[in-house]
Amino acid sequence: MKTYETVIGLEVHLQLDTRTKIFCGCVTHFGKDANSQTCPVCLGLPGSLPVLNQKVLEYGMKIGLALNCAINTFVKFDRKNYYYPDLPKAYQISQYDFPIAKKGSLTITTGEQTKKIGITRAHMEEDAGKLIHSPEIKCSLVDYNRTGIPLVEIVSEPDMRSSQEAYDYLTSLKLLMEYLDVSDCDMEKGSLRCDANVSIREAGNQEFGTKTELKNLNSFKAVKAAIDYEVARQIKMVEAGERIVQETRLWNDEKQMTFSMRSKEEAHDYRYFPEPDLVPFTITENDIEKVRKTLPEFPLEKLDRFIRQYQLSDYDANVLVQDKQLAKFFEDCVMQWNAPKKICNWITSVLKQELNKRKINISEMRLTSGYFVGLIKNVEEGVVSNLVGKEILTIMLDTGRTCMSIIEEKGLRQVSDDNALGAIIDTVLVENASIVEQIKGGKESAIGFLVGQAMKKTQGKANPKKIGELIKGRFQNG
Amino acid sequence: MKLNELTAHEILQGFQAKTITPDSVYQCLQETIQNKDKKIHAYAHSADPAITPKAMDGKYPIPIAIKDNICIKDYLTTCSSRILEGFRPPYDATVITKLKDSGSIILGHANMDEFAFGSSTESSYYGVTRNPWNLDCVPGGSSGGSAAAVAAHEAIWALGSDTGGSIRQPASFCGVVGLKPTYGRVSRYGLIAFASSLDQIGPITKDVEDCALLLNLIAGHDEKDSTSANLPVPDFTRALTKDVKNIKIGIPKEYFIDGMDAEVKDSVLAAIEHLKGHGAQFIDISLPHTEYAVATYYILATAEASSNLARYDGVQYGLRCQPQQQRRTPIIDMYEETRDQGFGAEAKRRIMLGTYALSSGYYDAYYLKAQKVRTLIKKDFDEAFRSCDAIITPTAPTTAFKIGEKTSDPLSMYLSDIYTISVNLAGIPALSIPCGFSKNGLPIGLQIMGKPFDEEMLFRIAHTYEQGTEWHKRKVVL
Amino acid sequence: MITRKDVQYIAHLSRIHLQESEVEKLTNDLEGILGYIEKLNKLNVSAVKPTSHVLPIENVFRQDIEKPSLNPKDIMKFSTDNDGKGSFKVPQVIE
Repeated sequence: MKTYETVIGLEVHLQLDTRTKIFCGCVTHFGKDANSQTCPVCLGLPGSLPVLNQKVLEYGMKIGLALNCAINTFVKFDRKNYYYPDLPKAYQISQYDFPIAKKGSLTITTGEQTKKIGITRAHMEEDAGKLIHSPEIKCSLVDYNRTGIPLVEIVSEPDMRSSQEAYDYLTSLKLLMEYLDVSDCDMEKGSLRCDANVSIREAGNQEFGTKTELKNLNSFKAVKAAIDYEVARQIKMVEAGERIVQETRLWNDEKQMTFSMRSKEEAHDYRYFPEPDLVPFTITENDIEKVRKTLPEFPLEKLDRFIRQYQLSDYDANVLVQDKQLAKFFEDCVMQWNAPKKICNWITSVLKQELNKRKINISEMRLTSGYFVGLIKNVEEGVVSNLVGKEILTIMLDTGRTCMSIIEEKGLRQVSDDNALGAIIDTVLVENASIVEQIKGGKESAIGFLVGQAMKKTQGKANPKKIGELIKGRFQNG
Repeated sequence: MKLNELTAHEILQGFQAKTITPDSVYQCLQETIQNKDKKIHAYAHSADPAITPKAMDGKYPIPIAIKDNICIKDYLTTCSSRILEGFRPPYDATVITKLKDSGSIILGHANMDEFAFGSSTESSYYGVTRNPWNLDCVPGGSSGGSAAAVAAHEAIWALGSDTGGSIRQPASFCGVVGLKPTYGRVSRYGLIAFASSLDQIGPITKDVEDCALLLNLIAGHDEKDSTSANLPVPDFTRALTKDVKNIKIGIPKEYFIDGMDAEVKDSVLAAIEHLKGHGAQFIDISLPHTEYAVATYYILATAEASSNLARYDGVQYGLRCQPQQQRRTPIIDMYEETRDQGFGAEAKRRIMLGTYALSSGYYDAYYLKAQKVRTLIKKDFDEAFRSCDAIITPTAPTTAFKIGEKTSDPLSMYLSDIYTISVNLAGIPALSIPCGFSKNGLPIGLQIMGKPFDEEMLFRIAHTYEQGTEWHKRKVVL
Repeated sequence: MITRKDVQYIAHLSRIHLQESEVEKLTNDLEGILGYIEKLNKLNVSAVKPTSHVLPIENVFRQDIEKPSLNPKDIMKFSTDNDGKGSFKVPQVIE
């Protein structure tokens, strides 16, 4: 049997979260009434003219720099001409031969392996509108609110060799863009969209096979599944001696299959030419340096630093870095109390679980880093037990109150007083006489059970360590 | 003299002296239009009433005609094309805002060649405009309605647009003054685009002083037009000095060739003699790439037009047609039928030519090559202006031709712009001024070209010439 | 040489449905115009830079500041067809 190599290149469209559109002053909010965020410019009305939003060029440069690209010092826009009802001018203002950035790379991690994926180019363009199909009234409805929302299209080299690498590329890219703060990268809202170019070739072969372009990939999972399906389909065809046709195929998420969309395959002759309504842009070294200075610490840098500076495990550091807000929250906490490992444990185990339960992210919670540190300190200093601490955290998340006010109100202060605990232990020993006998017979591990019983009696308020010591003491004395 | 026959500056004097009122001027024009426009058909849509300011107390309550390709809010604006049937833009062009702010009375939309494609105003969907000097002749084009309105005293002054001579050639044919300002001098925002890199709005007036006054009203930087020049605008009336002593004027040998109408040639040479008498110095110059201008222009202008006119597809506004029988898909059928029904023969010809010039495999041979020749043509002018302050040529090779004479031969129509086209390719300003009449009583135009943003030089020379001659005083008798 | 097939291809690219008689006429017209344009081939322009913008204007921006949008009611006023709720209506687009 022959073995095949998969070759994948990805095209990612990223909506920039500027306040206004790329060529006009309409706002870019998602989900508003149809056509309520449009004007003569983004509707492409006769006589209207585009003017570039400065923020878009700045974001384009940021993205280019973050992807290790060369920034073009001469940048211009071009018209891409084609007809579709969601494209009001029947051309898209895009960039053809002088994009904002070219020739970069993105480092991805697959398992233990890291790999550099080449970035061919990144260019700025305007988004199209939205078509809603109403088959029952035999018509389609057009909403141009999305028209003119700024996009950056990031085109990778065909450097990925598996669907997993494609998945990891997308994860890394998304994270990097979140760090840059240029897009909310929300695939559900369409602010991050991905098309995949997929081909196969016999292992060892240098030439590329015929590729197909996969569209309608609505999640990273769908990207992975679609590539897997497509690779299998292509191998089957080649094995059967059939020729692969270069075409666009749509992913059907319900059927988990790709389908040819030949019906839409008009001759693609986009007739690109320089946009006469926009003047060119020259970018100086100085401009580039100015933007470079605004770049944040990138995820991989942060990961290294967390491991080094806070002696976190690779795993823990990664959990923190995967969420920019979480990483920031962690560092805010550490600034207030230099106990990075303890704080990390509380974040990665307890806090994250609670947030997941509530289906919110860290920026949406009512808990400040100061209150959070206060809670961990109270646990560490034995004011409350670990268990009660977790309970308090849920209340803090629900109410936004401080740890101390909850302790005081509910009387949750940990019981460490020997006399009080001694009485409870007495009762437990009496109630569990058979266990006591076992321990006396040498089965020391059963002590844990007695500790648990004592904790129950105090509703978790007791200091478990203390109880353990006291119970052990009884047996040594006895 | 009747009020409608006055120039704007005479009317303004009358206002100041309180001998006339804005209302009386307006009334007089309304009557004239009512009585005469059936013959001339200078206005495209007789149904739409004039737009008068709330109170006639602005600085310039002068009645003006506006070419039908300049957007006026809620006012029928159709480019004299069927495809924009019923279109009322929701916004004002920048020049209209400026005119409204100055207190102007907008009489209506002047007829034009469909989408400014033509040199005779015969291709308007709303019918032919006639030359007031001879009703069997064309008024020139594409701003034929604007020029005819001014010549027939159906407007005090008018706005036209000039992509390859569309202001100057009809001004020449109708015996009025027409100026194509430097590209970027007047905002294009709201001018329905023909060829974005060549289009410019400009005044059509009865004399040079009015031309300077009207340019004062419309010129200036506009943040809504990326290609508008951010330069201070002088008071152009200050250039009306009647002094051309020692000014150097170039005569390009390529413009005085065999086959040129003898009467035109004699009139232009006489004008040169006249200016010599005022102390101007004439030198022979060469614009060696002149013979390539028409070919270059018809590639660039039609390519841009093919893209600019792609938006007229029946989706949002204007005409929508559906064929009886389905040919492709409902939406593509709608596009193709709407554009078949909506565009006239010349519009289709130009869209097809432009699409061809941009299409895959032909871009380099046509569009790119034409852009390069444009560079050479521009360099010709740069070179020439090193040794002279202005250039004088005829505006058109002939006087107004007969209606129907050139409609069957597009190329002969294109060649009637042979003297005006280079100016648009080079982006420089040029003005046409009456310099005589043919034996059969048709006006002849003199063209004066200037350096970029030196409209003042044109006014200076034109004013000197005009004040020393009587041509501008000859009035149409209808 | 431009052929009828070229004209039909260009017509479809331009989304213009042509009558048979128009195809004939346009083929002739374009042939004539392109023949005239041939004269550009006399020039050697290999070393010449193309001109897209005749003025040396660069770097024209707007700030990322909100401007009022149109009222959907006003948009529906000029729309050829709409659903009465602010959306343009077009013949069914088949995906």
